[in-house]
Amino acid sequence: MPAISFVNVAKTYASARGDVRALDDVTFDIEEGEFFGLLGPNGAGKTTLISILAGLARATAGSVAVLGHDVEREYAAARRKIGVVPQELVFDPFFTVREALRIQGGYFGVHANDAWIDELLANLGLADKGDANMRQLSGGMKRRVLVAQALVHRPPVIVLDEPTAGVDVELRQTLWQFVARLNKEGHTVLLTTHYLEEAEALCSRIAMLKQGRVVALDRTSALLAGTASTMLRFKLDKPLPAALAANSRVTGRIVQITAHDAREVESILAVLHGAGCEPEDLEIGRADLEDVFIEIMRGETPQRVAA
Amino acid sequence: MSTAVAAPTAARVETGILAGTRTLLYKEVLRFWKVSFQTVAAPVLTAVLYLLIFGHVLEGRVTVFGSVGYTSFLIPGLVMMSVLQNAFANSSSSLIQSKITGNLVFLLVSPLSHWAWFLAYVGASVVRGVAVGLGVLVVTIWFAPLHVANPLWIVFFTVAGAALMGALGLVAGLWAEKFDQIAAFQNFIIMPMTFLSGVFYSVKSLPPVWREVSHLNPFFYMIDGFRHGFFGTSDVSPWLSLAIVSGALAVVCGVCLHLLKIGYKIRH
Repeated sequence: MPAISFVNVAKTYASARGDVRALDDVTFDIEEGEFFGLLGPNGAGKTTLISILAGLARATAGSVAVLGHDVEREYAAARRKIGVVPQELVFDPFFTVREALRIQGGYFGVHANDAWIDELLANLGLADKGDANMRQLSGGMKRRVLVAQALVHRPPVIVLDEPTAGVDVELRQTLWQFVARLNKEGHTVLLTTHYLEEAEALCSRIAMLKQGRVVALDRTSALLAGTASTMLRFKLDKPLPAALAANSRVTGRIVQITAHDAREVESILAVLHGAGCEPEDLEIGRADLEDVFIEIMRGETPQRVAA
Repeated sequence: MSTAVAAPTAARVETGILAGTRTLLYKEVLRFWKVSFQTVAAPVLTAVLYLLIFGHVLEGRVTVFGSVGYTSFLIPGLVMMSVLQNAFANSSSSLIQSKITGNLVFLLVSPLSHWAWFLAYVGASVVRGVAVGLGVLVVTIWFAPLHVANPLWIVFFTVAGAALMGALGLVAGLWAEKFDQIAAFQNFIIMPMTFLSGVFYSVKSLPPVWREVSHLNPFFYMIDGFRHGFFGTSDVSPWLSLAIVSGALAVVCGVCLHLLKIGYKIRH
């Protein structure tokens, strides 16, 4: 049984400019024990999809199930199986960290849970913050509490919606070590992130959303192998020739261009020479997920959806 | 599967339609109790000021229920007014705060049923209403003689009135998108209806037209029935008040439960 199953999920919002189709016929499964990445630019529908999964929003059509429990018809069973770390940094200012965690567990019907709460606090670097009021915590600390709140009822499926947006390096490492451990222990993890290197390092499979549709769904390794796999990186003092501008990423003097094969590398270099450009510190390396992402989002690659 | 995925061993787990209700009720009570200076002490002070001013000005000048002194008459009115206003304030302000700060998400992702939401929010409203009402009673009782004719009427109208206002506050909290919408609800509906319900006067003293208008105000029956518990006399029969308050309670609770069930303005 899949940990999460999306079947023909559609979501239409009414807005001042007419109906907005946030999700369009999204269908895929996430298997038990997977570390799954959901990627896409802002407005692609990632948070809408997570919201439907978590019960914060309702699908206009289609169905979503968590470990076989439909999120609408069997909402209580579905929500007991899932822990959601919301994207917004929200907290209840009336309570201490420990009170917030006991209360959150209580909503799920879990009581006398302090042994697990202590373990969560220790693993998230919050051991000395149990009695601190939520208002006194820094943003990073509040984010850790959000993670603890999502895990307090020991859900087998964990959903992290942009958990490291605007978070310091130390927390990112603490968080990923802990989540990777939970995944090894059998938890299914669904992650949405803007940090593509995180998705590349952690996720075994990835879905990419664009304008509410799944435009890529495959193992991370297959996605990396299947698209433009070579990356040219060099420094340039002149403007890049127009013929190359569309496929490149420019950061100050540093230019990165993807290529599918050696012949394409040669032709790129020929264009540069033809324009009188002298690339310095030229390197040729393997493309990373960010390059794949950019290529797919440009729509240059046909849908790459593994059967 | 490992220990982390297995069901918690040390913890107790409850399931069923009311699972988690107790926790949400506890959280809602703790929420107002932690700021009780503002949520309990302040309304008690307000009620005492009304008593001092109106009692001083009107004692001996206004006849209410025959031999009952004006200050004695005023005390149960002020107690019930405080119960009703604070029960409404509790559920409505808690919900709108959670909506605006975003921490309502903690409830929305939980398996709490609409019955659990309803019982917890309305229950906490009743607790706050009773706490403030008792506070007002304890402080004002020293100003005038007060007897208890029938405590059952007092208990019924306190709990039913507070529950009605708690449920109404929940409906307003679901509907409102901003604090000032709640404030408008409070200032333009709840306040006038409580002030014009006979807290400060017997509706028998009003001109016939206004007496009839007062009889259309459900708050009138809550105050009048509550007062009957103290004096054994009232403007209308306490049974009529019981019937009208029960009917209004059933309607508001029905609407409230329906809105919670469909996730009105909270699940998009």
